[in-house]
Amino acid sequence: MTAIGARVPRKEDPRLLRGRGRFGDDFSAAGQLWARVVRSPIAHGRVRRVDLSRARRADGVTAAVAAADLPTGLAIPVRLAVRGIDLSGYLQPVLAAGVVRYVGEPLAVVVADDPYAAEDAAELIEIDIDEAPAVVDAEAAARADAPRLFPGGNVAADFTLGYGDAETAFKRAAHVVEIEVAIGRHSGVPLEPRGMLAEPDPGTGSLAIFGMTKVPVFNRDLLATMLGIDPALIHVHAIDAGGGFGVRGEFYPEDYLVPWLARTLGRPVKWAEDRAEHLVAANHSRQQSHKIAAAFDAGGRITALADEVVHDNGAYCRTHGIAVPELTVAMLPGPYRVPAYRGRVRVVLTNKTPCGTYRAPGRYEGTTAREQLLDVAADRLGLDRIELRHRNLLGPAELPHHRPMTTLGTDVVLDTGDYPALMAATAAEMARLGYHAQASRPGPVDRLRGLGVAVFLEKSGLGPCDTAGVMVGETGAVRVLSGGTSLGQGIETVLAQIAADALGVDPQAVDVVNGDTDLQPAGTGSWASRSTVMAGNAVHLAASAVKARATQLAARMLEAAEDDLVVTGGTVSVRGDPAVAVSLGEIAQAASPASPYLRPGEPAGLAAHRRFEVTHMTYPHGVHAALAEVDPATGRVRVLRYLVASEVGRAVNPALVEGQLRGGAAQGIGGALLEEFSYDESGQPTAITFMEYQMPTAAEIPSIDVLLTELSPAPGNPLGVMGAGEGGISAAGAAVASAVRDALGLTGGVERLPLTPPRVRRLAETGQRRKPGRP
Amino acid sequence: MKDMHRIRLRVNGRDHELEVEARRTLADMLRHDLGYTGTHLGCEHGICGACTVLVDGGPVRSCLVFGVQADGTEVSTVEGLSAGEELSDLQQSFSDHHALQCGFCTPGFLLLAEAYLAQRDPAAAPTEAEVRELIASNLCRCTGYQGIIEAVLATADARRWAAGPAAGRAASPAANPAGSPADGPAASPADGPAASPADGPAASPADGP
Repeated sequence: MTAIGARVPRKEDPRLLRGRGRFGDDFSAAGQLWARVVRSPIAHGRVRRVDLSRARRADGVTAAVAAADLPTGLAIPVRLAVRGIDLSGYLQPVLAAGVVRYVGEPLAVVVADDPYAAEDAAELIEIDIDEAPAVVDAEAAARADAPRLFPGGNVAADFTLGYGDAETAFKRAAHVVEIEVAIGRHSGVPLEPRGMLAEPDPGTGSLAIFGMTKVPVFNRDLLATMLGIDPALIHVHAIDAGGGFGVRGEFYPEDYLVPWLARTLGRPVKWAEDRAEHLVAANHSRQQSHKIAAAFDAGGRITALADEVVHDNGAYCRTHGIAVPELTVAMLPGPYRVPAYRGRVRVVLTNKTPCGTYRAPGRYEGTTAREQLLDVAADRLGLDRIELRHRNLLGPAELPHHRPMTTLGTDVVLDTGDYPALMAATAAEMARLGYHAQASRPGPVDRLRGLGVAVFLEKSGLGPCDTAGVMVGETGAVRVLSGGTSLGQGIETVLAQIAADALGVDPQAVDVVNGDTDLQPAGTGSWASRSTVMAGNAVHLAASAVKARATQLAARMLEAAEDDLVVTGGTVSVRGDPAVAVSLGEIAQAASPASPYLRPGEPAGLAAHRRFEVTHMTYPHGVHAALAEVDPATGRVRVLRYLVASEVGRAVNPALVEGQLRGGAAQGIGGALLEEFSYDESGQPTAITFMEYQMPTAAEIPSIDVLLTELSPAPGNPLGVMGAGEGGISAAGAAVASAVRDALGLTGGVERLPLTPPRVRRLAETGQRRKPGRP
Repeated sequence: MKDMHRIRLRVNGRDHELEVEARRTLADMLRHDLGYTGTHLGCEHGICGACTVLVDGGPVRSCLVFGVQADGTEVSTVEGLSAGEELSDLQQSFSDHHALQCGFCTPGFLLLAEAYLAQRDPAAAPTEAEVRELIASNLCRCTGYQGIIEAVLATADARRWAAGPAAGRAASPAANPAGSPADGPAASPADGPAASPADGPAASPADGP
């Protein structure tokens, strides 16, 4: 009996179902003030004046501040610095002083005793900006004569990863296939906007923060540095988060402004972002254009792969720096045998909202480009799409595969799996579920059906380490203190299962606290599909240590040899004699400070803290398949069926893994068909409500089939787990693109995502088509 | 000067009397004046539906209604769905079908579904198409909606059985799987993973190897 692998009900559910969750805007403090951020209405220009005087005199207003009122030189640094590229000239200030570079950039903040009064006062701030030409297209922004966002120009980074002699391989190739693919600007858009309450204690100088998620310890330390105080004075409390997806929990200007105001004013200050703000203020993502080419030998085997990527990063380099473009090119070869590779990326700044990560950063983009290329190549080479992939997928005997590149500071070593077998299993599952039959059945008149297939390679379990504490109370209750954070993914349940498994207790007896910086001051957060791997294995180590300690103490209590004891069902008993037993609670009592069972020098308490370290990531992988129906007259695409096949090493809770895969696929379909942050030529955003930024509803998302496999335990961690947070979205853009291409019978690629009705109609009208629909 | 109005309303069976500014939304009033923070604001422009509450039994986006408009009404929020520590059948069904992840949109879906369950003919078999259309009213960013649809279908079916077992047996959805709206019966993966969560809560904890 093990708690790992069971579909245990989520520990988070009862409070969330009763409305007892505690989200950012749910926290309030006596005497709190409400902050309202005033944002630039202009995409690019010199700030001549920010006049706060009328706002300061308004009813209920306590303070109004602009850049000149803040300490000088405040800029938000890069959290994920890679490749040693200096981005210090492109960082975002907390409040814009001389120049504004995107619509939505914070210029001032007003604090009032009521949120409505704060909004009224914000309207009274007079902003005078000398408008400059805006640049909204990254290709144009990269040109020497483009309007400059920064004195150093608009190209923040230009780097190439790769190995082997790609140039020669292309020259000698039997076939070279090249396409261009663009990915639209979209992002995580969690349903809860951001929010924060900062509560100062003027007596001690300490500060309580409610509203930091994802990487609370990093954000605490950064905030302390920016405020010039000891990090120990800042207590970031654990809260519920209404979805993360990479966006929430990075350090934004408001993460400094709200605590700074609270300390400066000596009053609790609260900020609740509204949706209009979120759509221009929180990280955008994804926008890239790829010029991707593959060289093949006569047998359809890839001899080289090359990609030229233009990454539109918006107006600044934020906390992710250039991690997304780096991941794009580092992960681009995916699960294939690629003897030579060259991936160049130019990171270009434009007058739009700055970008960061969104679930499967770089992989959604790169997988779309690579898989679309393989579809086009299969047609050119006269090969079946699946067959072409089979010829090029790395086989199980070729793993671990050392790809001579690094990403996020780690070597790229594809650790384990059987990619061709999973591809074959996916095809079999599609057939079993009737995908092919349904694709070839005529739909409504004038509709075209197509099947899409795309293979993905993910990465998870980024180190270097995470920490966990496990303690057993004198009632027998188990408490896990983790460095992960709850973002809705069910991490409390997963960690409870892992602790319960090691300790031989019921998961319901385990309480998990995540993301509290006083309880776990060295935690490294939840992101990059790392928590089940990193926090999970740290919990496993700590709980195993508690079990060993419990056995040692029980041996003294029962006057038995440790080897003769078994730990199960919350008790330690003598093997073969279950009546001779002590409960974990009794053992915890025996570990109390004055207990006669403690030897001199031994610490009191039944608890352990452990750190889990890794040097390499582990690489989940899988296949997506989509069945789409296209109306060429209107351009409307409907996804009728969708399958995600994914290898995760070991599913701690299969229901939660399936939920992650389904939810990811739904988001990915949104990015493939609907979601786009559009701008006009002056840099004004034109997707500023949910009427224009269209997220998929239940009408657009079909039931999603899942083929979950646990055939290749990760070799790099004791639990054998891989992350499961991103495989559901990774290949969704690629699979939908593949299905639409198939439906329209295009000879080329789909050119760009999202496949909105006007774009699909244009493809149907002007794209070169083999023949409509599948045979 | 604030334009204040004294109003009375009943929330989850409890009477409240308060002074509220004319422009204050019902959502803000419930959350910040009365402490019903289970009502969530996801967009404040009526699209996402996270703030859905029932006013006199009907679903309302509380971000689009002023607090003063609730004067004299009876409001139901997520906090009132279960009595005591037991989850309601619908709440339990959401948990059983993994119909929530972050839980932020969940109160809105619960109240939307409660209104649907209350107004539908309790003896009629629920169809996936009608539940899907209902669920398309609100946004969820985590689940892909599948669990939510299954949870509502299961609750409708359970309540139908409770209302009259004979009616229930006539057309059990298990025997007649509802097709996906796209494609009719061929599209309904009766043998796919969609079927597995229907095993219910009793099965799941004991399921582990």
